[in-house]
Amino acid sequence: MMKTALTASLGWIDARFPLTKMWNEHLAEYYAPKNFNFWYYFGSLALMVLVIQILTGVFLTMNYKPDAAAAFASVEYIMRDVEWGWLIRYLHSTGASFFFITVYLHMFRGVMYGSYRKPRELVWVIGMLIYLCLMAEAFLGYLLPWGQMSYWGAQVIISLYGAIPYIGEPLSVWIRGDYVISDVTLNRFFAYHVISVPIILLALVVVHILALHHTGIGSNNPDGIEIKKQPKNEKGWYLDGIPFHPYYTVKDIFGVVVFLIIFCGIIFYAPEFGGYFLEHANFVPANPMQTPEHIAPLWFFTPFYAILRAVPDKFLGVIAMFAAVGIWFVLPWLDRSPVKSIRYKSPIFKAILALFVISFLALCYLGMQSATPILTNFARGFSVIYFAFFLLMPFYSTWGQCKPVPERVTS
Amino acid sequence: MKKLVLTLILCIPNLVFASSGGPVLQKANTNVHDTAAVLDGAKLYFNYCIGCHSLQYARYQRFGEDMGLTTEQLKENFMFGAEKPGELITIGMPADDSKAWFGVTPPDLSVTGRSRGPDWIYTYLLSFYLDDAKASGVNNTLFKDVAMPHVLWDLQGWQKPVYKTVKGEDGHEHQALVGLELVDKDKMSEAEYKKKVEDYELSARNLTTFLEYMAEPAKLKRERLGIWVLAFLIFIMLPVTYLLKKEYWRDVH
Repeated sequence: MMKTALTASLGWIDARFPLTKMWNEHLAEYYAPKNFNFWYYFGSLALMVLVIQILTGVFLTMNYKPDAAAAFASVEYIMRDVEWGWLIRYLHSTGASFFFITVYLHMFRGVMYGSYRKPRELVWVIGMLIYLCLMAEAFLGYLLPWGQMSYWGAQVIISLYGAIPYIGEPLSVWIRGDYVISDVTLNRFFAYHVISVPIILLALVVVHILALHHTGIGSNNPDGIEIKKQPKNEKGWYLDGIPFHPYYTVKDIFGVVVFLIIFCGIIFYAPEFGGYFLEHANFVPANPMQTPEHIAPLWFFTPFYAILRAVPDKFLGVIAMFAAVGIWFVLPWLDRSPVKSIRYKSPIFKAILALFVISFLALCYLGMQSATPILTNFARGFSVIYFAFFLLMPFYSTWGQCKPVPERVTS
Repeated sequence: MKKLVLTLILCIPNLVFASSGGPVLQKANTNVHDTAAVLDGAKLYFNYCIGCHSLQYARYQRFGEDMGLTTEQLKENFMFGAEKPGELITIGMPADDSKAWFGVTPPDLSVTGRSRGPDWIYTYLLSFYLDDAKASGVNNTLFKDVAMPHVLWDLQGWQKPVYKTVKGEDGHEHQALVGLELVDKDKMSEAEYKKKVEDYELSARNLTTFLEYMAEPAKLKRERLGIWVLAFLIFIMLPVTYLLKKEYWRDVH
């Protein structure tokens, strides 16, 4: 009786909205390769962090005041007087860093297994747009607590636009809405941070998943084998495919729990994370009359900041910094290896990828430090490796002997 | 290639050394869960510091609740400049006046426990020494030419710098500051001196503990609650979701 009533109402909905169709297309009959490993948790984890950020963000806006005279105090009000305000704020601030951790690992997965290659170029490009949005979102949000580092970090980054010839100065004034970072800037950054960018971000996430789930594409896997070219078995599954739901939903829930253990460990026992997630200087209210001794962006921007500082000319530095982000977009057309996955690529590729990872981490570290001549020289060396990884890829990706790719995925 | 990777890895320690610097801080070894220490520090704060340094983001009431004080205890011992427990801990001294008097407005210390950190505050409190060149008569080895006088001098006594003659890199001998010691050291027995120093260190530590608590009152609840959250995740959610996954995946080969 109950069951027939439910089936009937589902039929009623399905006649008016493709509910069952969507459920099947994206979950119950979306076939994913069965050999996903550790690296395949980070897509769903990034999605979960996005949800955490939106939910906590909503509650933060209820007590936060985007007003230069009241912003810092309102954050302290959230931390002290709002019921569970401290938890909501730490979820949001730690979530910001974890968004980048999950997205960086998600991207690295893509690089390792060649997930950006044909036919998934657009999945990759859309993902890069998400990454850009995320950077904008983080930058805008970091001004809101109105601490010294919020203020001076934004001052330094926006002044970079001033390096562009002719239009630079008017452009940076246009972005700030003032000659310096001020109440006007704080108000518009708040508007962008809570409305514009999140809407674009959400839309892009939907498009990212739609592109991945498009007929005949589907998820890549650690072997880089196209499972949708395989025949189907008696259940109608591809030979190496399993339905996303329930197989990967239960698996990802396990991943979520592991993630939450680490996430909560930080929230409850190290919310500042030694000054990397919440910088010490940001507990001093913004003071336009006093420049801090040392200005450094948050850790997820520092590789690009290090590249910026490594170039002696300011304008060229700005170009190098944007190029360092932009070059990721063309990655699908730089890799000419006959195989997708690192498992079957030549040792040369593996070594160069390792070198790139070291350079990226080193730049991340260097961007946090004061620029001394020695460190700047190191940053230059690592910047060259960073760009060489991309620019020389059309050549070195064809060098060396690749291993034969098997017909079926390996477990 | 491997050589290059190795070279780069070997460079990492050099990088770290190349960027080290800054003053050496003494470990404060504070524990904000030690209510007696926080209360002792609060007593010092409300006797010595509150005249100039507000705690404008904090409320008396919250402090009282966290420390388990009754409203009477709170009013009697701490609320010298406030009527209601719900008030913020502000001060009566106008910022413009204090700027004219000291050259700088004494900062609000609500979040200093987080911006400077406990070790810095502790070291700062131990680092005042007599300096005739200064209007206040004192200087500070951690915060050079600080405008603040040594407010806690009657607890600590006066310190004088101890110099040692060292040979610099340029080959010339010069005086280097190696530490601070009490001016009255010679008037005390060794045991008395030791006790005097330790008593003050304890006071400085308790005051630091109070400021650390003040910078983040939620730390008390956060660290107590975290155990339960993590225990729930590790001992219940982790095995349940692991077994669930294993069960569902039984037929995947």
